[in-house]
Amino acid sequence: MIGGLFIYNHKGEVLISRVYRDDIGRNAVDAFRVNVIHARQQVRSPVTNIARTSFFHVKRSNIWLAVVTKQNVNAAMVFEFLYKMCDVMASYFGKISEENIKNNFVLIYELLDEILDFGYPQNSETGSLKTFITQQGIKGQHQTKEEQSQITSQVTGQIGWRREGIKYRRNELFLDVLESVNLLMSPQGQVLSAHVSGRVVMKSYLSGMPECKFGMNDKIIIDKAGKGGVTNEAGKSTSGKQSIAIDDCTFNQCVRLSKFDSERSISFIPPDGEYELMRYRTTKDIILPFRVIPLVREVGRTKLEVKVVIKSNFKPSLLAQKIEVRIPTPLNTSGVQVICMKGKAKYKASENAIVWKIKRMAGMKESQISAEIELLPTNDKKKWARPPISMNFEVPFAPSGLKVRYLKVFESKLNYSDHDVIKWVRYIGRSGIYETRC
Amino acid sequence: MTDSKYFTTNKKGEIFELKAELNNEKKEKRKEAVKKVIAAMTVGKDVSSLFPDVVNCMQTDNLELKKLVYLYLMNYAKSQPDMAIMAVNSFVKDCEDPNPLIRALAVRTMGCIRVDKITEYLCEPLRKCLKDEDPYVRKTAAVCVAKLHDINAQMVEDQGFLDSLRDLIADSNPMVVANAVAALSEISESHPNSNLLDLNPQNINKLLTALNECTEWGQIFILDCLSNYNPKDEREAQSICERVTPRLSHANSAVVLSAVKVLMKFLELLPKESDYYNTLLKKLSPPLVTLLSGEPEVQYVALRNINLIVQKRPEILKQEIKVFFVKYNDPIYVKLEKLDIMIRLASQANIAQVLAELKEYATEVDVDFVRKAVRAIGRCAIKVEQSAERCVSTLLDLIQTKVNYVVQEAIVVIRDIFRKYPNKYESIIATLCENLDSLDEPDARAAMIWIVGEYAERIDNADELLESFLEGFHDESTQVQLTLLTAIVKLFLKKPSETQEETHTYTHTNISPSFDSDNPDLRDRGYIYWRLLSTDPVTAKEVVLSEKPLISEETDLIEPTLLDELICHIGSLASVYHKPPNAFVEGSHGIHRKHLPIQHGSIDTGESPVSAGPAAPIEQAQSVIPSQGDLLGDLLNLDLGPPVNVPQQSSMQMGAVDLLGGGLDSLVTVCMFIFLYLLSLFPQIWLPAVKAKGLEISGTFSRRQGQMYMDMTFTNKALQHMTDFAIQFNKNSFGVIPTTPLPIHTPLMPSQSIEVSLPLNTIGPVMKMDPLNNLQVAVKNNIDVFYFSGLIPLNIFFVEDGKMERQVFLATWKDIPNENELQYQIKECHLNADTVSGKLQNDNIYTIAKRNVEGQDMLYQSLKLTNGIWILAELRIQPGNPNYTVKHPPNLNSPNSELRSHLLFLSEV
Repeated sequence: MIGGLFIYNHKGEVLISRVYRDDIGRNAVDAFRVNVIHARQQVRSPVTNIARTSFFHVKRSNIWLAVVTKQNVNAAMVFEFLYKMCDVMASYFGKISEENIKNNFVLIYELLDEILDFGYPQNSETGSLKTFITQQGIKGQHQTKEEQSQITSQVTGQIGWRREGIKYRRNELFLDVLESVNLLMSPQGQVLSAHVSGRVVMKSYLSGMPECKFGMNDKIIIDKAGKGGVTNEAGKSTSGKQSIAIDDCTFNQCVRLSKFDSERSISFIPPDGEYELMRYRTTKDIILPFRVIPLVREVGRTKLEVKVVIKSNFKPSLLAQKIEVRIPTPLNTSGVQVICMKGKAKYKASENAIVWKIKRMAGMKESQISAEIELLPTNDKKKWARPPISMNFEVPFAPSGLKVRYLKVFESKLNYSDHDVIKWVRYIGRSGIYETRC
Repeated sequence: MTDSKYFTTNKKGEIFELKAELNNEKKEKRKEAVKKVIAAMTVGKDVSSLFPDVVNCMQTDNLELKKLVYLYLMNYAKSQPDMAIMAVNSFVKDCEDPNPLIRALAVRTMGCIRVDKITEYLCEPLRKCLKDEDPYVRKTAAVCVAKLHDINAQMVEDQGFLDSLRDLIADSNPMVVANAVAALSEISESHPNSNLLDLNPQNINKLLTALNECTEWGQIFILDCLSNYNPKDEREAQSICERVTPRLSHANSAVVLSAVKVLMKFLELLPKESDYYNTLLKKLSPPLVTLLSGEPEVQYVALRNINLIVQKRPEILKQEIKVFFVKYNDPIYVKLEKLDIMIRLASQANIAQVLAELKEYATEVDVDFVRKAVRAIGRCAIKVEQSAERCVSTLLDLIQTKVNYVVQEAIVVIRDIFRKYPNKYESIIATLCENLDSLDEPDARAAMIWIVGEYAERIDNADELLESFLEGFHDESTQVQLTLLTAIVKLFLKKPSETQEETHTYTHTNISPSFDSDNPDLRDRGYIYWRLLSTDPVTAKEVVLSEKPLISEETDLIEPTLLDELICHIGSLASVYHKPPNAFVEGSHGIHRKHLPIQHGSIDTGESPVSAGPAAPIEQAQSVIPSQGDLLGDLLNLDLGPPVNVPQQSSMQMGAVDLLGGGLDSLVTVCMFIFLYLLSLFPQIWLPAVKAKGLEISGTFSRRQGQMYMDMTFTNKALQHMTDFAIQFNKNSFGVIPTTPLPIHTPLMPSQSIEVSLPLNTIGPVMKMDPLNNLQVAVKNNIDVFYFSGLIPLNIFFVEDGKMERQVFLATWKDIPNENELQYQIKECHLNADTVSGKLQNDNIYTIAKRNVEGQDMLYQSLKLTNGIWILAELRIQPGNPNYTVKHPPNLNSPNSELRSHLLFLSEV
């Protein structure tokens, strides 16, 4: 299991060091600093073996979190734990920075004591942790016996993510479908790979212990329903258009997985506040919101001509926002002249790219940029690698085609029904890695 | 409040000040002080001297302060075991606290104080806590048992804690179950044979129920534990699989991977035709792909595991190659792993896309990545025959870029393409030759030389090309030297010269540089080639230019038994390193290796768990390439070593023993006979002409009628005649000197040779040489003085009266102390006792006695050296496996190893 956990600043100074196992000595702290943080070469692997000791690390801004062990631990678990650790810290004191860590080191030790016992991860849900680990640190004494046992049963219990007795005057639900659409396109416009990775993020402010059921236009369910329906033909024609094929999805631990496996229904008791209900991935019938058409011409050895056209490909009534096109330029660029029809374009020498920004753009429109790039003559034999042109944007629909069909709330003990809950649904599609080779 | 100020304490009197503050009357002050102490501890300062003062702060009802003190205790208790006892009372008291959080805190901390004296006080509170009414305390106590076991295993067993732990598996609280499982799993790892976990269908059912309810971490513990269970039949396997599959949709990638591990193991038990088997295979693919949308570190772990899964069950991901295409912003470790998997999944159906991708990658920045991409193109060509032509042209394009490392890598893979498709693409050789000068890496140089040698007859200036390499022969790496040697021989055999004379000169000038190499492999190979060529060029041709087996498609597969073991470790570090745990975990050598379950009722269960199930086709594909260590294969240049890393295991078992052994195929055996025949007939060149201004001396040593002779041939290869010959020996181990002057009286004319036989005796001055039988000789003529050295075969020192009296032998044998006894085994010698003793007698090794013990023939032998030293030996012969013991008198200390090896040699012949 995990033998120890260290947190370093960018210089390699230890901010937090907690050792769980005897086989980890103080020299392990230095070994990681010398061999990884101070190593000249770029890190080639997140797992390093130094003198039969394994180090796992993740980096958050300029903070290094490292787990050390001498055993054959579950590597995936270690990384998942480190991510979780970051989440927990962030939810307690915000950004993970050297200053915040130093300011909260007592708290961090207290958390580490609670969520990692003898190197075994324990309950790490912030919801329940916050009930007994507080920054005041004195809560323990003022609790009644009932409160105490409630805490412990929640920490260890089946529904560790929600406490009893939550009350809201207004029962409200916010549901965000957040998608990032990823594309790799060849210069000729052939889709090399495209997929959408989506998340359903919820904010729930519901009283009691409500039971929720979430439905979407999942092809498997709609086909199932269609078969049972009266008109098979009609059912298919509507579902063919409206339903989407989900390649795979993963759920928050509150979702009853066995129920999803057998009936494909998503039912759960939600955590209080904000959480991620599910993640999913689709690859079929993706709406690609933008098409990028590049044209790069080398004029002699000291000049490049670049023309890039972007076309928006969605309903004209919708507006895309925060559009940014990034056109890489060679390292020996000496000067750039840009003309664009819309938005603003600038050559950023420090980033080796022309950055073209457009605030808003409606569907079914087209825009264009042309640039002349002057190059310094070099004797470097190696050709310019021509990195792909990348794009950023935000659109108000789900590029996968996912639609929320319902979200039902049942709370049998309290007297509010599904109708009394105010529900908000929003779709946001963002660019993930959206690249076109040139 | 900010705590960062505690990190900035500085001055000299710091410890002293802290001490004062810790004893302050005000609670707040004390808390501040403890915080400072912890901060100092974190940055590595030694604050152990404050131990008593900190422990004093323990008696408090402030939970935060208590936790801080505990943290300090855990760190320093070990260095101050006596004072740590002071804390025990407080722990025992806390274990009775009405607040479950405090009870748990106490039991958790106690287990972390690794002081033997404390552990005995721990037992009672722990026993209580294991039965505590509060689940939070119980789950903490469960882990505490594992802690205690780590400190004092015996006590845990004696106190019956293992039974209490086993009881907790049936606990009503899922988290208690999960922690109990984790603790038991860890403890059982140090007792590999005990059935601690007692996995029976009933318990499995409890675990599966808890699986649905516990935290994500608990699910991981339970799944990892389940993977060690062997279901009794396919029905049970299937029902467990059904209850594990929902975990594939968990958001935590470790839960997913552990579930994959269980399913991959149990798949072995399911009948392949069944519907369920196929559904399960289909269900495995999407979650594996989803893992790639996680954070890069998890992607890396997932990719390393997918690499294993793809080798074990290629069908799972064969449709998904696109997700392994590299993204520009992927970290390098993700890129390299994706590339590896792309090749494994490449097939005729997707090869066009894959090639287009690879070509793109070959222009990236990172050198390692680019090299791997180029290598990948070559592997595609070898794997998918239809694409070979396209791959070759892609590689040619890359060579045109003239980027140095790209060119070199491309040439290496083109060599492998030639080995797979001989005589198909030699039209590109011209292009390759253009880049000869830019090659500076041994791999690339060796590949180029191999190509030139292999296609010598089609390259007009092959001889010039090879000669250009020959100039710097001694500066090349061994790999290049060996290849060059072979290429030269091939070139010679393919373009034979007309006259005998030319043959001689050619081979001599070109092969001879290898003769004075320090590397025994190189030198021996040189000699073998040279002797082979000068005896029988026709046979040489048959041997060297024989048709070579093609290389196989998959070259860097993990060896199947290792692969199966790694499948059992999916998700763990072992699967990331692709090494079994005992390769990187200390003290784990006793731990038994995991293997896949065996399908019941399958026919081939007797052999090994590996051969059951679908691993078989992979195995067959593997064995085509001889590995690097295969000396004989190498000798005949079947192979220059596989293109990429071949599993280590296979190369290790090969070695020199095989060189003399049986069990080789017929071609090799023929070659061995030639070799040994040559060795006995043909004299060695002691002094090559190039070194002695045209004088060449070759010769042997022999013993005839009790007299030692040095038989030499002097050849004049210079253009002028030679006169005034004389010879002198340096002092040597056996005192060998010539008895007469060198009997050459007439001048030696150019290209004339003369044979002389020089009688020797052993009355000269003695000096120990290294090796023992080394003889340094000086030869003078009218031109200059030349020096050379040769090895005297030991058998010429074995005198005729080496037969010892039986009684004397027996007495001496007993007197030899054990430490002077050497034992050595000769493998695979198919001679019986009589032939052995007959052969040995020819060399004056006499059999004194012979007896038969338990079906083994024992031969007792003696021999005497010219300097009066006796050597006694016992030879034990078992059919096919003789065991050879050499014993020798104590006065002969140093030379044992050479003597031994020489005796061995004789007994072999």
